[in-house]
Amino acid sequence: MAAPLCLFLTRPRLVWLFALIVSALAFLFSSILLEQVMTSGTIIYELGGWDAPWGIEYRIDQLNAFLLLIISAISTIVLFAADTSIRKEIPEDKHTHFYTLYLLSLAAMLGIVATGDAFNIFVFLEISSLSAYALIALGKDRRALWASYQYLIMGTIGATFILIGIGLMYQMTGTLNIDDLSRRLPEVAQTRTVFTAFAFVIVGICLKLAMFPLHLWLPNSYAYAPSIVSAFFAATATKVAIYLLIRFTFSVFGLSFSFTHLPLQLLFVTLGLVGIFVASTAAIYQSNVKHLFAYSSIAQIGYMIVGFSLTSVAGLTATLLHVFNHALMKGALFLALAAVMYRIGSTQLSQFQGLGRQMPLTMAAIVVGGLSLIGVPLTVGFVSKWYLVLAVLENGWWPVAVLILLGSLLAVVYVWRIVETAYFKPALAGSETIKEAPLTFLIPIWTLVLANIYFGIDTRLSVQVAQAAAQSLFGVSP
Amino acid sequence: MLMGLYNYWVVVVLMMIGFYIVIAHGNLIKKIVGLTIFQTSVFIFYISMSKVDGGTAPILADGINQYSNPLPHVLILTAIVVGIATTAVGLALAVRIKEAYGSIEEDEIQKMDNLDC
Repeated sequence: MAAPLCLFLTRPRLVWLFALIVSALAFLFSSILLEQVMTSGTIIYELGGWDAPWGIEYRIDQLNAFLLLIISAISTIVLFAADTSIRKEIPEDKHTHFYTLYLLSLAAMLGIVATGDAFNIFVFLEISSLSAYALIALGKDRRALWASYQYLIMGTIGATFILIGIGLMYQMTGTLNIDDLSRRLPEVAQTRTVFTAFAFVIVGICLKLAMFPLHLWLPNSYAYAPSIVSAFFAATATKVAIYLLIRFTFSVFGLSFSFTHLPLQLLFVTLGLVGIFVASTAAIYQSNVKHLFAYSSIAQIGYMIVGFSLTSVAGLTATLLHVFNHALMKGALFLALAAVMYRIGSTQLSQFQGLGRQMPLTMAAIVVGGLSLIGVPLTVGFVSKWYLVLAVLENGWWPVAVLILLGSLLAVVYVWRIVETAYFKPALAGSETIKEAPLTFLIPIWTLVLANIYFGIDTRLSVQVAQAAAQSLFGVSP
Repeated sequence: MLMGLYNYWVVVVLMMIGFYIVIAHGNLIKKIVGLTIFQTSVFIFYISMSKVDGGTAPILADGINQYSNPLPHVLILTAIVVGIATTAVGLALAVRIKEAYGSIEEDEIQKMDNLDC
């Protein structure tokens, strides 16, 4: 809601402050919301005072509130570092536009999560995607333009698929309200139209999700976007898509329809696992660290998909936990990369030589984030992998559990490559002048890193909320 | 049967044409044209689904009892706006790609990128 106001503020510094305040307020409100939802159940807000089936409503239950909290928290922390970073990477006259787009994108993501109307989801999805294309195109490298263009084509196809799916659903049920849809769809569940609608929606979301094998747009978009943008999107955008996937399969279509009539479970487990392996292997061979972490994001999405496909409360809890934890790790990692970018102007792995001594705090953050990606105990990565493996074992899928652990070993390899170059190789000639990143980077990076460790040890908050959300989803669906 | 679903046949054909253009053509502008056709087919789909046989526009007047469903029409207005925005961003990107690379052919851009790496 605050994005248009940004255009009126001409001084970049002011705009930044304003964006930061807005984002912090959003964070504050979503914490309060989560608190309320946890204690008193679902909150419904009707736009314009029309009742639900006719008007559009915002509907907040545990799942939404959890996601709202993640998105606004990450956005606030990332914005804190934004000022310093984009000063270096984006021309002065575009700063105002940057923050405008950023806030638009934030508002749209919050909108997708909060809304209880299927068509509204499409509109918000397009708002967030359009601002994402523009943000990515702001990258310094000319390849950013090409990446953004590819993302635009893929993203629009995905969104249009979702639109077709929603249209078919409307045709069958005559309603767009998610709650209403979930009640009326079972009556017509056996028709071919509903199957088609389901297929369109799922494929569309998977395109947005960058689920293997529909991930081709993601690595380049993340790698060439301005560092702050990569940090923000890596931590939030795919999470929103995961939310949509959960919302559509569990709430709208209902558990029994999604998983018993279609071989979705098998499909998702296979694709998730293949995604983990292919993306992790690809990550090992990258020479650009941003590329490397982008591929690792795809692998992590694989884990979420595996957890999701278990269709048990435990599996869904693991997925939601991983959504939360992955946002923390990738936020920290990409912010640390933004700091590296700020100091040495490149994220090529070869440039990392000796950085362990020159930027000790930043590199330490990357190491902790990396350990978390692998799933070493005392980090958040361990917690979510632990829950995931437990959930898999609960279903009795031994081979899958083994494969998940093997996938973690691949993560060891690519994280080790960074550690090795940064700590054990001599510094490049002429790099003595490189200093530690400025404080505006270090504070947000270490906030996230400490959160990584804190939620790795004290898991009560995150696990509790994830469990409550998972249970409510299973309670609602027949 | 075949004629009764005439609109839907048009939708499917248009959709496939658009989709094919997006995938098969290397020219960035042509890709956007394909995308627009693809989206347009969905608009037609929404509009034809809300048509009620013998229904008129939903205006309150004497002697009219059957109305077409106005909601999809309204939805599609929004979707058209979104489509225009997408096309505009896509074309703007194409212009900047042309400035940066000096070409709007996909394979040439890919070749230049590979040289950069």
